[in-house]
Amino acid sequence: MQNKLTPNKAPMTKPKFGFLTILFAVICIGYMIPVLLVLMNSLKTNGSINTATFAFPNAETFMGIGNYVHGITFGNYPFYYSVGYSFLITVVSTALILVATSMAAWYISRVWNTMSKVVYYLCIFSMIVPFQMVMYTLADTARGLHLDTPFTIPVIYLGFGAGLAVFMFTGFVKGIPLEIEEAAAIDGCGTVGTFFRVTLPVMKPTLVSVGILEIMWVWNDYLLPYLVLDRTKYMTIPIHIQYLQGSYGSVDMGAVMALITLSIIPIIVFYLACQKHIIAGVTAGAVKG
Amino acid sequence: MAKKKKVDNTALRSGLIRNTMCKWWPLFLLPTFAAFCIGFLYPFVKGIFMSFTSFKTMSNYKWVGLDNYAKAFSDPTFVHAFWLTALFTVLSLVIINVLAFAIAYGLTREIRGANLFRSVFFLPNLIGGIVLGYIWRMVFTGILSYFNTNLDLNSTVGFWALIIVVAWQQIGYMMIIYIAGLMAVPNDMIEAAKIDGATGWQTLWNVTIPNMMPSITICTFLTLTNSFKLFDQNLALTGGNPVTATGVKLTELLALNIYNTFNINWKWHGVAQAKAVVFFILVAVIALIQLRVTRSKEVQQ
Repeated sequence: MQNKLTPNKAPMTKPKFGFLTILFAVICIGYMIPVLLVLMNSLKTNGSINTATFAFPNAETFMGIGNYVHGITFGNYPFYYSVGYSFLITVVSTALILVATSMAAWYISRVWNTMSKVVYYLCIFSMIVPFQMVMYTLADTARGLHLDTPFTIPVIYLGFGAGLAVFMFTGFVKGIPLEIEEAAAIDGCGTVGTFFRVTLPVMKPTLVSVGILEIMWVWNDYLLPYLVLDRTKYMTIPIHIQYLQGSYGSVDMGAVMALITLSIIPIIVFYLACQKHIIAGVTAGAVKG
Repeated sequence: MAKKKKVDNTALRSGLIRNTMCKWWPLFLLPTFAAFCIGFLYPFVKGIFMSFTSFKTMSNYKWVGLDNYAKAFSDPTFVHAFWLTALFTVLSLVIINVLAFAIAYGLTREIRGANLFRSVFFLPNLIGGIVLGYIWRMVFTGILSYFNTNLDLNSTVGFWALIIVVAWQQIGYMMIIYIAGLMAVPNDMIEAAKIDGATGWQTLWNVTIPNMMPSITICTFLTLTNSFKLFDQNLALTGGNPVTATGVKLTELLALNIYNTFNINWKWHGVAQAKAVVFFILVAVIALIQLRVTRSKEVQQ
């Protein structure tokens, strides 16, 4: 996808530094204020967060990394467990979805028979069904099949997330010329070999796009793991934060702010590392309509 | 439609690949389809069935016909949540799309730092709903403390706070799509309008926007369904509070209402499932109507 914002067919003029730049700079600083406030408040004492949210930390209210230390060890469930499970679930689910649905999509678009059609249209249909529709029955089914651990929940993610991935991959595979696969077949490459050695490498851009969308979904997902996982043993970051905040009464705001900061850091690192792919992925994913 | 036909032809033409490939479905198709049955199809069908029963667990149920639906529609919390969600969806749809379009339009005016600004606007979209809700809960608690109130006491503020949070999160996403759309508007059409003496507004209204209908379709579709299905932000920001004397949660949207209904006690499971079916039908109908309406306005290529 394009990476420069200037229309490529316009007669090239130098980007202007003027009123609009200043206006956008001000808006952008305002836009980041909530995130900066979390960072600032994570360094303040618990009591000063609700009463003086917008005040800079001073000698009295400055906590240093105290909130971080407290946040990580706070409660009866260590925060690093949640971080670990979040990573595990996100990585395994995304990998599983990419491999399984790209294979399915290839089969669907190359063998367009009744079975393929049924699977394809069911996948499309699943994209408009809200999670609330299936949440009770899904959680029950998952528990019944022992899919309620971080190691097995990727199967559920594959099942519920298959729709979008199959749809996007099928759209892409349609555009891959058949000739290269035929050439591989003539050269004696079997079906499995053709897919993994020929088609899959060609699909790389879409694999990245779909991968990004799945990572963003699984990492931030709250309700599905909340309902499916055995919460006494396993939490993810969103569940952990909801658990600390949701238990009203005396919430340790300092610790919560520290944990929110910690949970945003991987997102920002991920964003800085693959911004180009994320934006391309979003644009590609949006064209599903 | 034309596309579908093409696939059929190419697949048939290539008997070379197709014939040997057909028998490989257990490897290629089955894993995804099996997971799809567990993660979607079976729960979906079972969910529809359970909405006609009174159930404690999925194996312990009694057929009650349309009772659950009658109860759902006579539940004041559900009716309130429905109208609130409708209002919320319309307001956030307009606000997000107008602002996202304006930002996208500004950022494609060849200004310095456009790439940096774009990155900043997109960032909140990567933060999950729960975390986002708590970030803003802190901000609003801080602001409202000057007025001696908070999000759990004032439903009007709570409702608008929810709109602000959703706008903050989604403007960046829609902006990206609008930027892609704006770049695709043929430059010669804009030049031609200029030569014909059209003002900036006229060009925007009569040339740029009609050419951007595909992007506008996508964005309205996405904001509409996203707002209608909103859950995480609602739970984290206001939790549906405040509650009236009759038990109606004043900032509770439909998705949260369904979730809370499941949690009352097991006698409400069937009602909650019936609400979920109604919710699904609403989402599906809205999505289809909306797609049809905007599609028909698209410029013919």
